[in-house]
Amino acid sequence: MTQHRVLLAALLTACATGTVWAQKSTAEGIAEYRAMLADGNPSDLFEAKGEGLWQQKRGPKNASLEQCDLGKGPGVVKGAFVELPRYFADTQRVQDMESRLLTCMETLQGFNAAEIARTPFGRAEQVNMTALAAFVSAGSRGMKFNLPNNTVQEKTMYEVGKRVFFARSGTHDFSCASCHAEDNKRIRLQDLPNLTKNPGAGNGFGAWPAYRVSNGQMWGMQLRLNDCYRQQRFPYPLFGSDATIALGLYLGVNGKGGESIAPAIKR
Amino acid sequence: MHHTLRVLAPLFFLLLTSCASGPTSADLDKLAASIIKSSFRSEGPVGMDRLLQDDTNRECSAADVAGKPIDEKIAQAIEQANMKVMVWPSDGRFIGDWREGERIAQSGRGLTWTDDAAQANGGNCYNCHQIDKKEVSFGTIGPSLYNYGKLRGVTDPTSAAAKPIVEYTWGKIWNAKAYNACSNMPRVGHSGILTEAQVRHVVGLLLDPKSPVNE
Amino acid sequence: MGDPMRIRAQAAGSNATVRVLMAHEMETGQRKDAAGKTIPAWHITNVSATHNGKPVLSAEWGPAVAKNPFLQFTVKGAKAGDKIAVSWKDNKGDTRTDEATVT
Repeated sequence: MTQHRVLLAALLTACATGTVWAQKSTAEGIAEYRAMLADGNPSDLFEAKGEGLWQQKRGPKNASLEQCDLGKGPGVVKGAFVELPRYFADTQRVQDMESRLLTCMETLQGFNAAEIARTPFGRAEQVNMTALAAFVSAGSRGMKFNLPNNTVQEKTMYEVGKRVFFARSGTHDFSCASCHAEDNKRIRLQDLPNLTKNPGAGNGFGAWPAYRVSNGQMWGMQLRLNDCYRQQRFPYPLFGSDATIALGLYLGVNGKGGESIAPAIKR
Repeated sequence: MHHTLRVLAPLFFLLLTSCASGPTSADLDKLAASIIKSSFRSEGPVGMDRLLQDDTNRECSAADVAGKPIDEKIAQAIEQANMKVMVWPSDGRFIGDWREGERIAQSGRGLTWTDDAAQANGGNCYNCHQIDKKEVSFGTIGPSLYNYGKLRGVTDPTSAAAKPIVEYTWGKIWNAKAYNACSNMPRVGHSGILTEAQVRHVVGLLLDPKSPVNE
Repeated sequence: MGDPMRIRAQAAGSNATVRVLMAHEMETGQRKDAAGKTIPAWHITNVSATHNGKPVLSAEWGPAVAKNPFLQFTVKGAKAGDKIAVSWKDNKGDTRTDEATVT
């Protein structure tokens, strides 16, 4: 009897282990692949390039960006990313990282901001903008999101961001919420963070800028939102527009306390 | 940027002066609408008309912003309005070729600013649904449709017994909002995503007993 | 001269693990652009590494290596303070050398 029991137990264990072995889930496989990618993240290359651009004297005024105020005082990069978007008194606007870099490129270096905003992603000064974004975000690596959100402009833009997030339209009736307002959903095999609260908001917002392995491109939040809108069948969102900034503010505030891993690596 | 400032400065001022009580939700709705309008441009075949919201989208978006389920009466009105413009097959044939249906379900082409307007659109179905069990790359935004016809006891889709299910299936695909006011599902036929012929094939994919969906 | 490489060299026991990230398009020469024209090949053809000036690695690469290549190798007997230099050359004749100190 005991012998049977031992044999049965052994058989059951073997079967159980066998099943577990054979059934490494798709999700586990993808997680393994992502872990392998993380060592040797090409974002590092863009971060290094961005650091050079921050220090280099450029533009009609032949000046560096080292006096750029990203919200924590002129030249302060450390911790700036996790407090953006925020209100800036000099422009009287709530601004995200990329639109603020654009402001600095214009006021300090003499570049034409409107022209850069019109330039397609991946061309001319937009290439440098992406590298600068990677560099600035790296200055907050591992820090927690802590947007001030304490002025009337910021609080207003948060409400605007919420309305933009939930605005359904286009041929498919899609809003951001169609994909990003519920837990544990995915589109095809791509997990979708719930951006209305943590941990999804912090994870989602803190993962951009990121290097996308699938197309070998570095994407900032502006490009990420641009491509979302393209897939939602919306028209083209203007670079650094108030709708995109309001969305960033909405995500950043929802993600308060979440850890920034930018510049990250994505599929 | 300057243009946006000009538009927004007076609106912000308005909000600041109503600061004693704070901006109302209606004020914020107006501000958001104005910001959305000035934050986009047309690109390729995609125009600014994509930003226009019909009653369905406007009411459902407002309910989402409020964080409350949509009012019952408004939901019913939306469902009735969508049912009123339902389009049934012009030749009375509901069931098409499930093989074509699978191709259509797999394709996510169409209506973005990078899509070639001359090419046929896809239904994007696998983005949100499981359909054929063989396809592991499926989304979970919508319910699984595996065994759709089988689970509903449809053995002969042309029979009188199957008629209600067949019509419901067509209707759901053509205009999901006729059955569920604030559904996440696009109004695939109504909004011109798929043609009548394409919808017929997708219905076949779900209801043909020979379709792999029902094996 | 191409964009800078990122080199990390860490002492591990009696050896050092070197990780290199190279910035390069690595165009295979097999892709076609929107007009149907073949995009010309542009990729790294040779990689070499030295340890305190002494050659320790040499490689010949082709179009199979992906964009922004990641290379990892172990150098026997390398210790903290030693210099590791990595160089690449591509099919257009462009070259790049970067250096790192083993930590």
